[in-house]
Amino acid sequence: MFMWIIKRDLLLAVRRQADVLTTLFFFIIVVSLFPLSVGPEMNMLRTMAPGVVWVAALLASMLSLGRMFSNDYLDGTLEQMLLSPQSLSLLVLGKAAAHWLVTGVPLVLMAPVLGIQYDLPGEALLVLTAALLLGTPVLSLIGAIGAALTLGLRGGGVLVSLLVLPLYIPVLIFGAGAVEANMSGMEFDAHLSLIGAFLLVSVVFAPWAAASALRVSLE
Amino acid sequence: MIPIFVFAAVALLGAGLYVGFFVAPTDFQQGEAYRIIFIHVPAAWMSMFLYVVMAFWAGIGLAFNTRLSSMFATAIAPTGAMFTFIALWTGALWGKPMWGTWWVWDARLTSELILFFLYIGFMSLQAAIDDPRRADKAGAIIALVGVVNVPIIYFSVQWWNTLHQGASVSVNQAPAMASTMLTGMLIMVFASWMYSIAVILKRTRVIILERESHTAWVAELHKNGAI
Amino acid sequence: MRYNQQSIPSIDKIMLQGINLACVRGDRELFRDVNFSLEAGGLMQVRGPNGSGKTSLLRMLCGLSNPAAGEIRWSGTSIRALDGEYYGAMTYIGHLSGTKDDLTVIENLRISSALAGFDIGVDQAKDALGHIGLRGREALPVKVLSQGQRRRVALARLLVCKTPLWILDEPLVALDVAAVKLIQELLEQHLREGGMVVMTTHQEIDITATSTTQLHLA
Repeated sequence: MFMWIIKRDLLLAVRRQADVLTTLFFFIIVVSLFPLSVGPEMNMLRTMAPGVVWVAALLASMLSLGRMFSNDYLDGTLEQMLLSPQSLSLLVLGKAAAHWLVTGVPLVLMAPVLGIQYDLPGEALLVLTAALLLGTPVLSLIGAIGAALTLGLRGGGVLVSLLVLPLYIPVLIFGAGAVEANMSGMEFDAHLSLIGAFLLVSVVFAPWAAASALRVSLE
Repeated sequence: MIPIFVFAAVALLGAGLYVGFFVAPTDFQQGEAYRIIFIHVPAAWMSMFLYVVMAFWAGIGLAFNTRLSSMFATAIAPTGAMFTFIALWTGALWGKPMWGTWWVWDARLTSELILFFLYIGFMSLQAAIDDPRRADKAGAIIALVGVVNVPIIYFSVQWWNTLHQGASVSVNQAPAMASTMLTGMLIMVFASWMYSIAVILKRTRVIILERESHTAWVAELHKNGAI
Repeated sequence: MRYNQQSIPSIDKIMLQGINLACVRGDRELFRDVNFSLEAGGLMQVRGPNGSGKTSLLRMLCGLSNPAAGEIRWSGTSIRALDGEYYGAMTYIGHLSGTKDDLTVIENLRISSALAGFDIGVDQAKDALGHIGLRGREALPVKVLSQGQRRRVALARLLVCKTPLWILDEPLVALDVAAVKLIQELLEQHLREGGMVVMTTHQEIDITATSTTQLHLA
């Protein structure tokens, strides 16, 4: 069932590739704006890089949250999911996984290229990619709660940022922290383990919270 | 019952401010400026405490479908946000003479700022939903998610702060407090309690009347000039 | 024209029951003290003018929303307590077709059936679509279909999801005469086999059933 939902959402994403690409290009543009605003001084850019890439990833992932449930809500397929004998939490987990595959994975793949723009050393690029790989699923999972709560509301897009961004802060801190630690020659394993722990916690709790939010929103 | 709390709040506020500003001795390190803690510390305590209370009542409302507790949670949010704002504002006022800057990215200040965002998120979500029942439940979910996250956020910020040593100044260096200072502070804490209870009860009352405005008993009250 | 539907097991005892249901929308009470019960093979038609709460009642029966007062029972147990088990026994087709514009007709049917717990193969899906009058259109994306054809895609679920209880909100809207007749036969066969149907419709339609209840919402 879980696989059915992922397959379905991926199929939809393939039929609507423009949506995937806009998120990716948003990410690239935001990251590219920073050197233009603070100057091309390489040392400064290098120290800024992890933070900039992570903030851009947060924003890109958040912007695409609107699509996670709202299309299904408008055409009635979300109603059918709520009436499915399958566990709704599992369906939500499937949708979050699909969201991550469609928006998170392209960001992870693009991040090393953007890191090179900021002159990050090779190992730091690897750590950045690893941190994003672990952290972006958390963004999709927490985002699912926000997306479910703001379903069908006026100004839902802006509202979701108010709800979700404060909750993203721990991932941001440790995600960017891992890369900074690596660049200053410190251990970064602890950071990655913590993001991994966030991921486990959100896999367990976020689908459940988002499922209750969906039931509330569709009532 | 509300007038009692209002009276208590005003009386304690007067007493607390008097003790704080006239009785308590001047701090030899920080001078007169430290007196702002008589407002800052109670506000910061209340802001955190009220968030937990709010999430608790909202959770009760969600789990047992009791409308009164949800309304209570809704009534708490603005007061909590106000205390958070006061704590941030007075923190900045305090920081200027102490650290020479309005804002430092101290762990506590940063956490307080994030707490403020959480309050704002809760209130704007409820404001965006027309149906009060849905607003109650949606608010409860975000409040509970928030309350689970607050320790994680606090821990992360604490950790982040220690990594970025440098400009940060520890707020923890307050030495043993003079007993009059402590008295003044405690009186102010009780004053904030009384104020919160009074305002929250009043606001709950208004919310109940507003939501039940179509029912007969509210119309009755209205006719008798009770409201 | 009969569609081969397997008989539904142990349906005799199951019964849908509504007790003192009330519905409030905003400040307005739409209905109160609505009582009904439905036995195997029973049809209930919900009638009433626009805004009388027909759709609200059906959404309550699905468990999508909670009644302001009262309780809905499925074979004696509150549907709140049953949750997944009840959803496995019920098919709901609402105002929204529940189809994705970007997916093809057959993809839509297979996915929505899988969601409802009926994993069907391509052949079975094609069969059902042929029966409902969409032969040759299986591979078209739903967005190019007409309103009536979309409705048929949604209704095709009834052919593959063999649940005892069907809850249908205006199933005949946008359908042509032939399709209305098809649906009528489908409903009659379902009722004959011991299934139950709760539906709203503004069109006059004669459905033979062992017991027919008319529920009027003022």
